[in-house]
Amino acid sequence: MEIDPLIFRLSIFILSIFVGYYVVWSVTPSLHTPLMSVTNAISSVIIVGAIIAGLSGNNESVFNTSSIFGFLAIALAAINIFGGFLVTQRMLAMYKKKKKDK
Amino acid sequence: MLSPNLSAVFYLISGVLFILALRGLSSPESSRQGNFFGIMGMIIAVTVTFLSLGNFSSGFIFVLIFILLGGSIGAFIAYKIPMTAMPELVAGFHSLVGLAAVFVAISAFLNPEAFNLGSPGNIKLGSLIEMSIGAAVGAITFSGSVIAFLKLQGIMSGSPILFKGQHPLNAIILISIIILIYLLCSSQSTSLFWILLAVSFLIGFLLIIPIGGADMPVVISMLNSYSGWAAAGIGFTLENTALIITGALVGSSGAILSYIMCKGMNRSFFNVILGGFGATDDASSKSSAKEQKPVKSGNSEDAAFLMKNASSVIIVPGYGMAVAQAQHALREMVDTLKKNDIKVSYAIHPVAGRMPGHMNVLLAEANVPYDEVFELEEINNDFANADVAFVIGANDVTNPVAKTDPQSPIYGMPVLDVEKCKSVLFVKRSLSPGYAGIDNDLFYKENTLMLFADAKKMVEEITKSLD
Repeated sequence: MEIDPLIFRLSIFILSIFVGYYVVWSVTPSLHTPLMSVTNAISSVIIVGAIIAGLSGNNESVFNTSSIFGFLAIALAAINIFGGFLVTQRMLAMYKKKKKDK
Repeated sequence: MLSPNLSAVFYLISGVLFILALRGLSSPESSRQGNFFGIMGMIIAVTVTFLSLGNFSSGFIFVLIFILLGGSIGAFIAYKIPMTAMPELVAGFHSLVGLAAVFVAISAFLNPEAFNLGSPGNIKLGSLIEMSIGAAVGAITFSGSVIAFLKLQGIMSGSPILFKGQHPLNAIILISIIILIYLLCSSQSTSLFWILLAVSFLIGFLLIIPIGGADMPVVISMLNSYSGWAAAGIGFTLENTALIITGALVGSSGAILSYIMCKGMNRSFFNVILGGFGATDDASSKSSAKEQKPVKSGNSEDAAFLMKNASSVIIVPGYGMAVAQAQHALREMVDTLKKNDIKVSYAIHPVAGRMPGHMNVLLAEANVPYDEVFELEEINNDFANADVAFVIGANDVTNPVAKTDPQSPIYGMPVLDVEKCKSVLFVKRSLSPGYAGIDNDLFYKENTLMLFADAKKMVEEITKSLD
């Protein structure tokens, strides 16, 4: 009997939780706020689902109930992606080391 | 058109790039590169999705329009937002992830053919389970984050909202969500799907209203975690590796942050979630006793005199510094102190502020070098050797009662040993108790000088007196 692909996805999921666990513990506490904003940005990779939904309309009409929800989700995820990465960048640019002359 | 196998490989690459993005945050030097990896991962994921669909019809134009629309709103917010408003921003962003997950789930439910999940009314069972879990968690994330946002923004009162039968009601709703998912999966009924969403929105709302303002670090971290699980749920539905990996990363990241925050307060996760902390009225009974105790208060010149004669000063910032926007003024004061050859460092308690790392970002914004800023464990032994502790906008996290009085609600919470300093300067607007509703013994110590004023004004005046 063949293994259900779901099991593979589940394996990826479980292993990723462990990777996340170890990676996040190594994040320095002073960068916890950028950590939250960047996780915000990357979790908006949900936009891939939104794009599939948005392009689900047929040739006669781009808009149907399903694709409209897709377009709305695209806009929301895009706010997060751009906003999340840019605000993270803005924050990280502020972290500076002590100047040597002081 | 990209083959499904090839696109799966690219999604995996983008997942790995997201892992590297988080890995970069282990030190400020590598963090900027990490953020770049994250952006690359996102570009790859979006491009691969377009290529694998191979649909560049008029719908594609609309997709681009909506990306541009959302993107410019996001970019605008990112550049305009003041650093003191980061907790609100993050809560707001969480709500958007949640809502996006809900919308994708709705879309997949209404038009499963587009996602290869079967036909309406006959969706594959596994997909339907994943979809409904993703939608429910997404809805909880959305409404919970909206409440957190309103509380942080001050639109809604930060004090806990409690009513009779709250916990049984929440328990019943949570159980009904599980039953609804079961019924939905066996009947494939559209109306049940909408009911499930409505109930999930409701429980997200009810779960957050009893939690008070200063517990927000836990709430934000928890919602961060939820947004990850919601994304993972949708990832399973879409059979997309990038989403599954990211969801798991974000989910565990948020869970770890909530754990760290709870430990910083020595409270269990359930204690925070059940809420109501600081709403008890035994604070008023204690306040009668406090009137009799003598308090030494001083002005900016006294404070300047004390600091000028010190050789080392430790600054303890808290949420009050963020409220007063005093970080830049504080940095100017420290510059003056350094000119007088006084050693200055900063001590940050894990739960200072309204979100993890809140104080660090504000100090970084004011150009404080990060190697002068220390965590609780790193600096706590130094208080005994320091001359002056300068507490600005913090309260409960310095309260020695946490070490001495087992009756106290904050007993056992790790606190900064501020009282061990030769003298303590406490900038505060009044003697009012902190969030935990308990009096701070530090106010009445021999070596404590209270500076009653707005934090920013007081720091500016001290700087003037130092010159």
